[in-house]
Amino acid sequence: MNRKTQISLKILVWLACLLPLGQLIWRAVTNTLGADPTATITFATGLAALRLLTISLAVTPVRRLSPRLNWLIRFRRLLGLFAFFYASLHLLTYVALYAGFDINTMAADVAKRRYITVGLAAWLLLLPLAATSTNWAIRKLGGKRWNRLHKLVYLAAVCGVVHYWWQVKTGVLAPLGITLVLAVLLLARPVQSWMQGRKARAVTA
Amino acid sequence: MLIGKPSDIPSSEITSQDQYDRYMNRRRFLRGAASSVVTAAAAAVGAERLAEIVSPGTGVRAATSLQTVKSPLSTTGEQLTSLQDLTHYNNFYEFGVDKDQPAQNAGALPTRPWTVRIEGKVKTPKTFDIDALLKLRPLEDRVYRHRCVEAWGMVIPWVGYSLSEFINQCDPLPSAKYVQFLSYYNSKIEKWASGTTINWPYSEGLRMDEAMNPLTLLTFGLYGQVLPNQNGAPVRLVVPWKYGFKSAKSIVAVRFVDKMPPTTWNEQNSQEYGFYSNVNPNVDHPRWSQKSERRIGQPFYAQRHTTLMFNGYGNQVASLYNGMDLRKYY
Repeated sequence: MNRKTQISLKILVWLACLLPLGQLIWRAVTNTLGADPTATITFATGLAALRLLTISLAVTPVRRLSPRLNWLIRFRRLLGLFAFFYASLHLLTYVALYAGFDINTMAADVAKRRYITVGLAAWLLLLPLAATSTNWAIRKLGGKRWNRLHKLVYLAAVCGVVHYWWQVKTGVLAPLGITLVLAVLLLARPVQSWMQGRKARAVTA
Repeated sequence: MLIGKPSDIPSSEITSQDQYDRYMNRRRFLRGAASSVVTAAAAAVGAERLAEIVSPGTGVRAATSLQTVKSPLSTTGEQLTSLQDLTHYNNFYEFGVDKDQPAQNAGALPTRPWTVRIEGKVKTPKTFDIDALLKLRPLEDRVYRHRCVEAWGMVIPWVGYSLSEFINQCDPLPSAKYVQFLSYYNSKIEKWASGTTINWPYSEGLRMDEAMNPLTLLTFGLYGQVLPNQNGAPVRLVVPWKYGFKSAKSIVAVRFVDKMPPTTWNEQNSQEYGFYSNVNPNVDHPRWSQKSERRIGQPFYAQRHTTLMFNGYGNQVASLYNGMDLRKYY
């Protein structure tokens, strides 16, 4: 891919990632956040985080389909960092609009409410990944160690989905879609490795 | 209890003028639209399709206004939730689990003809036609706070009369200790219901003394007009000191029973939704605090309100629960 295409694609991805935030700001300004603005903001930021995290997890399995898709890797960091950005906004929404910045309320919630506990866990798991996302950090850690650390993203994504399920009412199936997509993406990894291994064995045999 | 005599004060005076103007305009618009549609399209489209145009999927019917009287049981000093928010932020899972879905989908609910069956422990089971129910007692304007178990709240100008007035017409036997309310269910019409694992039809229940409390409202309207479908047309329950899900919508059967009846959300998750489900800031929902609520329709930085014990109706209802441990009977 030439440089020009790459730059235009990057701009497009940036814009796409900023879209959920842009929509929220637009709706806040035009007073169209709906009947329950707090819930709208909470849901929109949480969903954006989970979706972007899922898309970032699609990069590797999709790349492995063909060497010609290798360029996708250039977008993974961007997607991951935007996922963290929205997860942080989501957390901030809770801290400000639900807990009213009250430490005791937050401590009680984290201790008592498992969906909050697991949601916070997801954010805490993403934190070191975001912190070590620079080229400098990758060099400093070394590729192998960096890779191992960044396997935490799987756990973070699972925590995110569990957080979603635990927060909807029993019997509501809204989180099903993203759960299935994530399950496919996570299962694709061992399946692809196994298939590649078989191909390699077939070649050497 | 006091039943106000028909008064010359219209319901417009208990609603804010702005709200009232808005819905009057809407009514005029819908009436105008309906009549032109009728003349232009009657020949071209079938009656069924026509009904859909006149009463579109948004569910706010080309509104019939209801003749109402004032009520001393009406809550004062609260800012009313707008008609727009009342009718577009609904939990009515038969028409979809998202808050905006009932407004889009509940137009499919056939509210006429409509009957309510009275069965169980009564002298003689019978059936009431909705139009007979509407005329049974004078309809009162009753503003109530409405508190959802999901920690949001509204203030709603309902129209109806005390359920006790209706129960007195049902001749329950002394063995009737509870009342069960069953909502309309038709899987072909309410196809969104299958998006949940709920065992339909929706069922709710009250203890007999709760049902007989004058605050418990058999409800036919809001903002002085017929209930929009998404708000539980044509007849629903409103129990203002309990979480909203206790107030069954679109009721087709009232069953007097001797044992505590099974209720929908309690069946779904008994840890989270008790049979009583009185609004109680001191008993958390397992997943969130009930100490405060988000008032619907207010800006996000001003939504938080303190939740009151029994939703502020303690004076009228606390005595129903004397000697009961409300942590145990949540």
